[in-house]
Amino acid sequence: MFDYLFAPFIEFAFMQRALIGCLAISLSAAPVGVFLMLRRMSLTGDAMAHAILPGAAVGFLIAGLSIEAMTIGGIIAGCTVAFLSGAVSRLTDVGEDTSMAAFYLISLAAGVLIISVNGSQVDLLHVLFGSALALTDAALYLLAVICSITLLVLASLFRPLVVECMDSQFLQSVSRLSPVAHFSFLVLVVLNLVGGFNALGTLMSVGMMILPSAAARYWVKSLDMLLLLSCLIALTGCYAGLLVSFHVGWPTSPSIILILGGTYVMSLVAGINGSVVKKLSKPKHLSA
Amino acid sequence: MILTFDNVTLGYELHPAVHHLSLQIERGSLVALVGPNGAGKSTLLKGIIGQLTPLEGDIALHHTARSEVAYLPQQNQVDRSFPITVQEMVSLGTWNRIGAFGRLKSQHKRKVASALNKLGLQGFEKRLIGSLSGGQMQRVLFARLLMQEAELILLDEPFTGIDSRTTHDLIQLIHHWNAAGKTIISVLHDLEQIKSHFPTSLLLSRQAIAFGVTEEVLTPENMLKARELNEAFDDHADYCGEH
Repeated sequence: MFDYLFAPFIEFAFMQRALIGCLAISLSAAPVGVFLMLRRMSLTGDAMAHAILPGAAVGFLIAGLSIEAMTIGGIIAGCTVAFLSGAVSRLTDVGEDTSMAAFYLISLAAGVLIISVNGSQVDLLHVLFGSALALTDAALYLLAVICSITLLVLASLFRPLVVECMDSQFLQSVSRLSPVAHFSFLVLVVLNLVGGFNALGTLMSVGMMILPSAAARYWVKSLDMLLLLSCLIALTGCYAGLLVSFHVGWPTSPSIILILGGTYVMSLVAGINGSVVKKLSKPKHLSA
Repeated sequence: MILTFDNVTLGYELHPAVHHLSLQIERGSLVALVGPNGAGKSTLLKGIIGQLTPLEGDIALHHTARSEVAYLPQQNQVDRSFPITVQEMVSLGTWNRIGAFGRLKSQHKRKVASALNKLGLQGFEKRLIGSLSGGQMQRVLFARLLMQEAELILLDEPFTGIDSRTTHDLIQLIHHWNAAGKTIISVLHDLEQIKSHFPTSLLLSRQAIAFGVTEEVLTPENMLKARELNEAFDDHADYCGEH
């Protein structure tokens, strides 16, 4: 049992690196995901994951498989889409969901075009699905930096972010932090997606944000417990996913995301808050 | 005097929602803002708090900082599914004193407890706002307003969908604020309620129809005029000042 659960991480350096990288991204992506869910922006994560593709592709074309170049490219592309869609929705009458969908589609099409004209299938697979078992020093540092920045920004902007989600009119009436909270949060989403794509790939890294918080919602109600539980689910999912990947020989990022997905399905069926079982069971009520 | 409107036009795109408004609100007054739907009442409140910049003219606060203005939007603006407790929600009223980053000190906590007491919300401290009734939620929002200790309080339809007992309690609180020298401007629809509790009224219908003592403002003639003017919205109107 000990061998099965711990030996891979003791014996193999690449497993240790994968674990550290995935733990870092769990700690930062899961809380960001909680706020995405509470703002009813869960699909925004998916849109932004597509939006960073051309930046990563251009980075790859300029500098090859360089973490730095692809990261910087991804951040630039993601932030450009976030700022453009935010600015357009504030300057015109069209909502942010529409402008974001429009800009991410343009960005995605540009990314696919750049990759298919200049790159190969293998490069595309790396960007889409990552390579958690081959994390370099540079990638690990990057994940650590992104995790630290995310936790610092979330801690310092916590109150404005909560009020922006719940009652942005009130925030606008007492301070000018409403756009600061909104755009800082979108930048965090981009940073975590870009950080995540080295380990998990652009598409799978969205799962690290959304699935833990979606699962946690069926178990706890308060915001602090949601943040705590979604981090725990993400950490456990990474650990279990890496083990399964090691022992069964499955690719890492789908293993991690499928385990998180399994946790979500189990929670929605059997959780204690508004789950399927709760809805189907005969309701009891208090006497007064 | 706490607030002046100098030839103020507020609107969205080209259409004026409030047209050429010029008047003064005295400090310590209790003003009902009356008019049909679409008359520009909410727009005017948004102009006062600076969420909307006038297309023309000027809105000036006198000896009052923007942070001393509290605003209660229509209730449907709050996301009730957000997991925040009654106590946390009311504590947000300390924003002007502790800001976005400061800690809630013990004196603030005592004030929060006292505000909850005044609004009859003892025992609700740890409840999530999603579990409250409409009336209880409005009490929570009034408790947050109380915490803001503002000089100018703007209320947008505070009693819509609220039962008579809660409305009665909240009106008492408004009188209490007014007796303490605060200025209150409230969007209201119930004319009897306005006549009983609000000495001053502004009848708006995309422009000021009448402003002053409530009994003189809310006459049948004025109300008819307000309705007619509100229906005169014209997509093909000339540009103002060019005819």
